[in-house]
Amino acid sequence: MSNDARLPLWEVFVRSRRGLSHNHVGSLHAADAEMALRNARDVFTRRMEGISIWVVPSTAITASSPDEKDAFFDPAGDKAYRHPTFYTIPKDVQQL
Amino acid sequence: MTVVATDVAAVSTLRMADDCLVLSHRLAQWSSRAPSLEDDVALTNIALDELGQARALYARTAELDGTGRSEDDYAFLRDERQFVNCLLVEQENGDFATTVVRQLLFTTYQHAQWRALVASPDEQVAAIAAKAIKEATYHRDHAADWTLRLGDGTDESHRRMEAALAALWPYTAELFEADDLTADLVAMGVAADPAVLRGDWEPFVDRVLREATLTRPEITWVPIGGRRGLHTECFGYMLAEMQHLHRSHPGVAW
Repeated sequence: MSNDARLPLWEVFVRSRRGLSHNHVGSLHAADAEMALRNARDVFTRRMEGISIWVVPSTAITASSPDEKDAFFDPAGDKAYRHPTFYTIPKDVQQL
Repeated sequence: MTVVATDVAAVSTLRMADDCLVLSHRLAQWSSRAPSLEDDVALTNIALDELGQARALYARTAELDGTGRSEDDYAFLRDERQFVNCLLVEQENGDFATTVVRQLLFTTYQHAQWRALVASPDEQVAAIAAKAIKEATYHRDHAADWTLRLGDGTDESHRRMEAALAALWPYTAELFEADDLTADLVAMGVAADPAVLRGDWEPFVDRVLREATLTRPEITWVPIGGRRGLHTECFGYMLAEMQHLHRSHPGVAW
């Protein structure tokens, strides 16, 4: 099997059921958006994992740089008051 | 319904079952060899769908012909001349273009067939059709999508698609063959009318070929015989590969 480098890479997001958001599940190669959607259906939802699929060209994603990790994320580390830990969550609310 | 009529109905389900099984095996031969991992998964998914349809149809055939044979009996313990699949599905995979063309020509036919059989008076066949039509819709779209991309792709992909079309097109005549048996089956309502199927098949295939900038070939010769057990040379080799494990180890299970 050849890994065809000429085909662009796509990131795949799947929503597992209504009410939840789409989650990133992986990536794949496809010639265009429609084929990417079909491939995603075959590769990532063949065991009933989802009811909705998004595909996004990998090149359209701007990622944070590992070099900036400290400046980006560390300042949030010691600010516990930003966490909503002072509320009690009703036990029937499973997805919050 | 008389015994004879039931037997005739079994011929119809057996023809469809053999179409599904043989195509399933051909597609499974792509496993680990498709142009990309994504296509590998897609083709084997379709192969499994076809296998599922074959199993349901063999089970129904065994009830109709009164033999009570198992799915394995039909798949592994019949010889070449006892298979009644159409010649198109047994044709070798060739290059990816050949497989795409075979998929387009056959799954469009199969889609039309399931659509007609949703209204079958045989409730079990109608139920199988109702489930299979969703799978067939995907199979047909998958083939149409690839036909568009390869036909209207590069010079090389276009050339290969034209060659595949020229090689496989003659085998489409058999799909709409109307022998005496077909007439009986249509009258009983257990098989789709070939004229209706063609009316469904032709506009779809023509439209896809046109959009894909491919030329519909002329019919130069009409190979038939699959429905009576007369197959092309490549089928024997395929069957030997498919059956050898079961025949070497009778009753083997895993």
